[in-house]
Amino acid sequence: MSENLATVAYLGAAILFIMSLGGLSNPETSRRGNLYGMVGMTLAVLATVLGPRVDLGAGLPWIVGALAIGAAIGLYAARTVQMTQMPELVALMHSLVGLAACFVGFASYVDTSIVYEGAEKAIHEVEIYIGILIGAVTFSGSVIAFGKLSGKVSGKPLLLSARHWLNLLALLGVIWLGVQFVAAPSIEAGMTPLLVMTVIALLFGIHMVVAIGGADMPVVVSMLNSYSGWAAAATGFMLANDLLIVTGALVGSSGAILSFIMCRAMNRNFVSVIAGGFGTGGGTAPAATGGAQPAGEVTAVSASDTAEMLRSAKSVVIIPGYGMAVAQAQHTVYEITKLLREQSVNVRFAIHPVAGRMPGHMNVLLAEAKVPYDIVLEMDEINDDFPQTDVSIVIGANDIVNPAAEDDPTSPIAGMPVLHVWKSKTSIVMKRSMASGYAGVDNPLFFKENNRMLFGDAKKMLDEVLVALKS
Amino acid sequence: MPLTIGVLRETFAGEKRVAAAPEVVEKLIKLGFGVSIESGAGDAANFSDAAFTAAGAKIAASASDLLATADIVFKVRAPSPQEVEAMRLGTTLISFIWPAQNPELMKQMAERRLTVLAMDSVPRISRAQKMDALSSMANIAGYRAVIEAAHHFGRFFTGQITAAGKVPPAKVFVIGAGVAGLAALGAAVGLGAIVRANDTRPEVGDQVKSMGAEFVPVDYQEEGSGVGGYAKVMSEGFQKAQREVFAKQAKDVDIIITTALIPGKPAPKLITADMVRSMRPGSVIVDLAAEQGGNCEFTVPGEVVVREGVTIIGYTDLPSRLSKQASTLYATNLLRLTEELCKTKDGNINVNFDDEAIRGATVIKEGEVTWPPPAPRLSAAPPQAKPAAAAAPAPAKKSSHGHGGGGEPMSGKTLAGVFAVGAALFWLIGAYAPASFLGHFTVFVLACFIGYMVIWNVTPSLHTPLMSVTNAISSIIAVGAIVQVAPPLREGVTDRPDALILGLAVAALALTAINMFGGFAVTRRMLAMFRK
Repeated sequence: MSENLATVAYLGAAILFIMSLGGLSNPETSRRGNLYGMVGMTLAVLATVLGPRVDLGAGLPWIVGALAIGAAIGLYAARTVQMTQMPELVALMHSLVGLAACFVGFASYVDTSIVYEGAEKAIHEVEIYIGILIGAVTFSGSVIAFGKLSGKVSGKPLLLSARHWLNLLALLGVIWLGVQFVAAPSIEAGMTPLLVMTVIALLFGIHMVVAIGGADMPVVVSMLNSYSGWAAAATGFMLANDLLIVTGALVGSSGAILSFIMCRAMNRNFVSVIAGGFGTGGGTAPAATGGAQPAGEVTAVSASDTAEMLRSAKSVVIIPGYGMAVAQAQHTVYEITKLLREQSVNVRFAIHPVAGRMPGHMNVLLAEAKVPYDIVLEMDEINDDFPQTDVSIVIGANDIVNPAAEDDPTSPIAGMPVLHVWKSKTSIVMKRSMASGYAGVDNPLFFKENNRMLFGDAKKMLDEVLVALKS
Repeated sequence: MPLTIGVLRETFAGEKRVAAAPEVVEKLIKLGFGVSIESGAGDAANFSDAAFTAAGAKIAASASDLLATADIVFKVRAPSPQEVEAMRLGTTLISFIWPAQNPELMKQMAERRLTVLAMDSVPRISRAQKMDALSSMANIAGYRAVIEAAHHFGRFFTGQITAAGKVPPAKVFVIGAGVAGLAALGAAVGLGAIVRANDTRPEVGDQVKSMGAEFVPVDYQEEGSGVGGYAKVMSEGFQKAQREVFAKQAKDVDIIITTALIPGKPAPKLITADMVRSMRPGSVIVDLAAEQGGNCEFTVPGEVVVREGVTIIGYTDLPSRLSKQASTLYATNLLRLTEELCKTKDGNINVNFDDEAIRGATVIKEGEVTWPPPAPRLSAAPPQAKPAAAAAPAPAKKSSHGHGGGGEPMSGKTLAGVFAVGAALFWLIGAYAPASFLGHFTVFVLACFIGYMVIWNVTPSLHTPLMSVTNAISSIIAVGAIVQVAPPLREGVTDRPDALILGLAVAALALTAINMFGGFAVTRRMLAMFRK
């Protein structure tokens, strides 16, 4: 295949990728969107393998072998992963892209067959440097995010006392090393600053994600998604490959927009989330501001009382949170939904934009349980309906239903849009204990007169509710 | 202190509606208000006192008892001077008022220092549709007009071929395709008639067709839409062309329903005596504009008359003739307005003049006449803000960090700043970078924009699949690894560390392959679960 043919094939692949993202704009066309992505990827890989830049005789066995191994692992993972573990899987996959970008960067640097002169050489080296930098940050950041999401690393933000200074220092170090690197006379001389920078970048990635609280995980996951895109784009510059640049930029801007949407949903400044530290109350410990402390008694109910309330309700709204994912309760939730709908109770789901640990997490879980997506509503669509709702059930969510976000200006989550559960006639909160949510803020909802607490594991409690409903 | 809403019995002769319905009373109480109803207020609309009591309302024995305690009074028709006199100082009144036609009443109410919200003055903006009582009443009037016509018309509406012979379908011509006109169209089509409609506003043609009727245009070029979607007075030339159309239709059809009204003006005389004479005996004309003088020269407001063998119905109380339906809809309109007034849901109201809908409806505020309201803001927003906003995230890096995304256009200052930074950045790149880099850079910046545009359309429920698909797509890095595995080497290159590069590239390729296959497969699995 000639250079020109390969270029045209790349163009086709780029268009397919754009159509793929466009197709995901609604559930009807989304499957086709995914198909476009696959076709585009196949086209790109085939065009490259058959293109002028690969010596087929020498390379084919390696390429096929590597693809086969990767494909086996990838397909196995995709088949076995639990839907509740989606965020972990996605985070882990981001790390692979980051690592691959590093490898490609290093390989490109040591490749003596590529010769540039003057400004082109400098730019090429800067591209390598940036590619490896982003790749390394993506890699280590994603690994830590994976650890946090799967519980292997504590979800609590870890804050070093001088973290902003450390970050600044790291940045200056990276710039200085970059100057050294570009000025280096030989590959051997340039390798030292490059390796040191890689280590700094890896540490920076770890530090960045460790400092971010569990409640902000949706932002982090989409941000890392964005980084993996930028890493691909940087690699594209490095190898002068437009397809990589286009695709990387698409993925990069998509992740960035998702992060932005998530931040807006939490009324949080993008920069301050990245800078880290939310979720502990920082240095000012606002969680314990005396007067604002909610007081009063909580009213506990049993599973059978809950079933009774559901049975006599006309309109029910279910608010799932991360707790539902942890307990894997989505199937039981759907059983209950089905039962109630058969008795012509109007059951709907209210999804807060940041419920769960990655954007759209709850929607995927409910879809897995076969909940029809037209009764799954977004916050803005359903928030006005709470006053007409008889029973709202909060399953393992906390901060997203916290009235303090609206009532208490001193609350650390003040201004964050929340679901107005307390406006429904009765709200039932399912929780394991009275512990505060990820944001570490007490929830006055629990103490409201029309609120009931159903303590226990969400799955177990819902099973009991289901049994009581059936009897 | 929650306020009490009092609902008066309508005293106007023949008025059967009431400004409340039991299910609405329930909702008002939920908003925090107390509700009291004059005894017998709902009788004519088939709402008994007991039904109101069951909904939580108190029953007041007489109008004076009710007015002595009510803070807010709900009514249908404008109040009589005696009723205004019996209201407490500072009471809030919500009802139809027609301030232009009732200057004396306005003066009297202002003297009682009332706050008056006129349901007929609710502005015609989409947000206020839920409280637009004129529309809900017009809907009923249009429906009832067809029923009245059917009652006086001696034939079937629908065509039939029976053993006893062939019955031709009735032909109905509706003049004015406003809310009432469209409702009449729908009802007549539903009964099986052949229905045509005419309106001075050509843009309603599609609405007419959507109801299953035929649009009969007037072949004369003139724009007939006035402010707020109402019709306006047309030129002499147009009126002549229009009369010709009507004369032709009159000879052909069996039933004419006229709904032509121009705000603040007497109804235009559209059906002349000659046209009536040209109609077949037994035909029916229903004049919905009777109250404003009528569209037909023979119309007698409030009565049914037979002229030249044609029955002309001039009832002015059509909504009242469907009293239960009309009361329920009107009460719901009142409820929606009350909700707007009582955002806090604590049984207190706030006549907030920043709210366009409330401002428009309020004709007297605390004794001060505030009618007519300032001209409504036009719905067509000035278009110049748009292009600037679209161009705002000029430097690609900026857009990637979410500045100015999707929401409001940023302020002029920020915009200028962004442009300045972008320009400086671009200048630097243009001044120093080699041509080959610029080509890639162009591609990069444009791709960022495409991504930015495409992603805003994605529904939140698909964010997870979106991330996993973009993740899979980012394994395009495999292409980079593939070209490093075994490039065809140029002559003279000897010191390339082949083994090292091969190792790195193959490792990178395997890693991205995991991502590529895993990512697409898991997305597929996820999307397969989304179902309606």
